[in-house]
Amino acid sequence: MEGTTTTAPGAGAAHDRPVGWRRFAYATNHKDIGTLYLVFALCASLVGTALSMGIRLELHEPGLQFFTNPQYFNVVVTAHGLVMIFFVLMPALIGGFGNWMVPLMIGAPDMAFPRLNNLSFWLLVASFTLFISSAFFGGAPGTTGAGTGWTLYPLLSTKGHPGPSVDFVILALHLAGASSILGAINFITTILNMRAPGMTMHKMPLYVWSILITAFMLVLALPVLAGAVTMLLVDRNFGATFFNPQGGGDPLLFQHLFWFFGHPEVYIMILPAFGIISTVIATLARKPIFGYLGMVYAMVSIGLIGFMVWAHHMYTVGLSANVQAYFVAASLAIAVPTGIKIFSWVATMWGGSIEFRTPMLWTIGFIFLFTVGGVTGVILANAGIDRVLQDTYFVVAHFHYVLSLGAVFAIFAGWYYWFPKMTGYMLSETIGHVHFWVTFISVNILFFPQHFLGLSGMPRRVADYPDAFEGWNYVSSIGAYLALLGALIFFLGLAEAFYRKRHAPNNPWGEGATTLEWTLSSPPPFRQFEVLPRIK
Amino acid sequence: MAEAEPSRHEYQIIELSPWPIRGGLSALLLASGLIIWIYQLIWPAWIVFAIGALGVAGTMVGWWRDVIREAEDHEHTPVVQLSLRYGMILFICSEVMFFVAWFWAYFNTALFPADAQQIIRDQVIGGQWPPQGIVTSDPWGLPLLMTVILLSSAGTVTWAHHSLLNDNRRGLQIGLICTVLLGITFTAVQAHEFLTAPFNYAGNVYGGIFFMATGFHGAHVIIGTIFLMVCLGRAFAGQFTPQEHLGLIFAAWYWHFVDVVWLFLFAFVYVWGT
Repeated sequence: MEGTTTTAPGAGAAHDRPVGWRRFAYATNHKDIGTLYLVFALCASLVGTALSMGIRLELHEPGLQFFTNPQYFNVVVTAHGLVMIFFVLMPALIGGFGNWMVPLMIGAPDMAFPRLNNLSFWLLVASFTLFISSAFFGGAPGTTGAGTGWTLYPLLSTKGHPGPSVDFVILALHLAGASSILGAINFITTILNMRAPGMTMHKMPLYVWSILITAFMLVLALPVLAGAVTMLLVDRNFGATFFNPQGGGDPLLFQHLFWFFGHPEVYIMILPAFGIISTVIATLARKPIFGYLGMVYAMVSIGLIGFMVWAHHMYTVGLSANVQAYFVAASLAIAVPTGIKIFSWVATMWGGSIEFRTPMLWTIGFIFLFTVGGVTGVILANAGIDRVLQDTYFVVAHFHYVLSLGAVFAIFAGWYYWFPKMTGYMLSETIGHVHFWVTFISVNILFFPQHFLGLSGMPRRVADYPDAFEGWNYVSSIGAYLALLGALIFFLGLAEAFYRKRHAPNNPWGEGATTLEWTLSSPPPFRQFEVLPRIK
Repeated sequence: MAEAEPSRHEYQIIELSPWPIRGGLSALLLASGLIIWIYQLIWPAWIVFAIGALGVAGTMVGWWRDVIREAEDHEHTPVVQLSLRYGMILFICSEVMFFVAWFWAYFNTALFPADAQQIIRDQVIGGQWPPQGIVTSDPWGLPLLMTVILLSSAGTVTWAHHSLLNDNRRGLQIGLICTVLLGITFTAVQAHEFLTAPFNYAGNVYGGIFFMATGFHGAHVIIGTIFLMVCLGRAFAGQFTPQEHLGLIFAAWYWHFVDVVWLFLFAFVYVWGT
C-alpha cells in the first residue's frame, strides 16, 4: 500500500489515516481533497486580490501612474478575471465545499470516484501553473502576457497577440475545463447513486441539489469552451481561419461559442452559493427552508434557461432585432425563478428565531446585495439600454455585485459555518463580525459608484479615463483599499482560531442544523458512514 | 414492515494512489511541451511534449491496470458497477458537447453563407456553400464506404457482446477482431482521404472545419479502436464473464458514440454540404 499509515483506535487496517506528504499528493479521501481545494483557492485569492489592487491603484487618478504601457493593464485585468473565476470561486465553492460536504450530507463514505477526484485537483494546479507562466511570455507586440480580457475574443487574441502567452492561457483553460468536467461527473454519479437509504431526491439538502445542477451545467457547457479555444489555438498556430474573415471565418462564431459556455458559467458560480445560503439561513433562523420544492425547481429552471440566453452578452454585435428580442425575453424569464429564491429566503427568516452569528451576517448581506446585482442584471437584459451600457462600468458593477458581493459572501458564509466542522476549532465571533462589517462597507464603497461611472459613459478595460470620471473612481479605489483591510482581518481570524484552539462540538449551531455533517465529530473521522445512516 | 438491518456500505474505498498527481504533472508537461514545440523554444523542440505524452500514456496504463485489478478482486459490487455506468455515460455526454462546438462552427457558415454584414467573408466564400473555389469529394465514393465500414463494425461489436452473453467465447473474440480490423480500415481510408483531399487545411474555412471535425472524429475512432484492442486482449485472457464485462460494454458504448458522430458528419458535411 502506498504511503505510511497510523491506525486509529478501534479501526481496521483498511481505515488507517495516512501520514506524510503522500496523504495529500496521492489523496483519495474527499475531505483531504476538499482541504486541498480550499487551501488552493485561498492562495489564488491572494493573487486575484493583488491583481485587483493593481487595477484600482492605476484607476485611483486619471493619467497613467503605474502602467505606462497600458497593454500591461489589460494583462492585469485579464488575469484578475480568469484567476478569480477559475482558481478562486470554482475551486472554493465546488471543489472545496462540494467535496467536503456533499458526501457527508448524503450519508456516503466518500465520492464515487475517489482517484478521479484527486486528478481534478492536480489538473487545476497544472492549469494554474500554465496560467501564471503566460505572464512571462510574449503577448501583444512589445509586451508579455495575455491582455485580451477573460473573454479572449479574436482577432485581438489571434493576430493581436502573436507570442506564446495566449497559447498558455488556452491550454490552462483546457486543463481547468477537464478538471471541472471530471469533477462534475464525480458529483453527479455520487449524488445520484450513493445517497443513504431513505434519502430520496426530494429529501436531499438544497446544497446537494445546487451542486448536482451545477455539475450538469459543467458537463454540458465546458466542452463547448474547449472547442472554442481549440479553434483559437489552430487559428493562432496552424493557419486555420475559423475566426479570420480573410479566410472565410467569422469572429462572431467565437463569441457565440464562448458565451454558450460563458453564460452557464456564471450560473455555475452562483448556484452553489445559493445552496450555501439556503443551508445557513435554515440553520440560523432555526426554521426549515420555505418552499423546498420551489427552491429545487427554481434552481433547475435557472440551470435550464441559463443555456438559452447566451447572446445577451452580444447585443451590440449586429444580431437581428428578432434574435435580440428573443434573448431579451429569455433573459428576463430567468429573473422569475431567481426572485422565487430571494422571496423564499426572506420567508424562511420570517417567523424564525434568528441568531446573528457570523455566518448569518454574510447570508443576510448576500440576500440584500445579490438582489441589487440581480436587478441591474434585469436592466442589462434589455437590449435597448444595453446598447448604451454594454462594455461600460455599469456591467462591471453588475457582475461584481453578484460575484464579489454574492458568491464571495456565500463563500464566507460557508467558511464561517463549516470551519468548526472541518478543523475542529471555533472561529472568533468578534473577529468574524469585524471582518463582515469592514468588508460589507468597503465593497459597497468599491462597487456602488461604478454604476454611476457606467451610466455616465465610462468604458471598462481602460487604464486611463477623462477627468470627468475622476471623482467616483477615487471613491471606488478607497473602497478597494478598505476591502484589503477586510481581507487581512479574515486571515487574522484564521490565525487566531488555530492559535487559540477552542474545540468545536459536533454541532455548534443548535437545533437548526439538521444536515448529516452535524451528526459527526468535529473534525469528522478519516472514514465515516461505514454503516450507512437510515433516513426517515 | 420490520426495520431493516443497518447496512454496511458496498461502495469502493480506494487507498492512496499516485496516478492522479502523475497525470496532472504529465498534462502540464504535455501542454507546455506543445507550446515549446510550436515556438521552438528549446532544442530538440519536441522533447518536453514527448515526455509529457509518455507520462500521460503511462498514467492511463497504470491507472486502468489498477481498475482492472480491482475488478478482478471483486471490488466492483453492483452499486459500484452502476456508478461506473453513470460515469461512462456522462463522459460520453461531455464528448458529444465537444462535437456540438465543431458542428456549430460548421453550421455557422454553411447555413448562412451570404450574410450581408460579413463583407470580407462574403467576398472570400462567394455567398455560397461549399465556398467558391472549393472542390468537395464525392460523398458516395470513399465517404459512403467509410459509413458502411463503421456501421458494419457496430454490428460486429454487438455480435461480440451477444456472443459473450451466450457464453460463446469464440464469437466474442472473432467479433472483437472484426471490429478492430474494421476500425483500423476506417482510419486507413480516412488517412488516404486526408492526404488526397483537393483542399488545404489552412487558409480557408471549409478546409479548417472539415479537417478539424473529421480529424477529431478520426482521433476518437483511434481511441475507440485501442479500447477495443484492450478488450480483445482481456477477452483472450478470459477476464470477461457473461455476468460482468463492464469494460466491453463501455468500449461498445464509446464505439456507438463514434459511429453516431460519423453519421452526422456524413449526413451534414459530406452529403448536404456538397
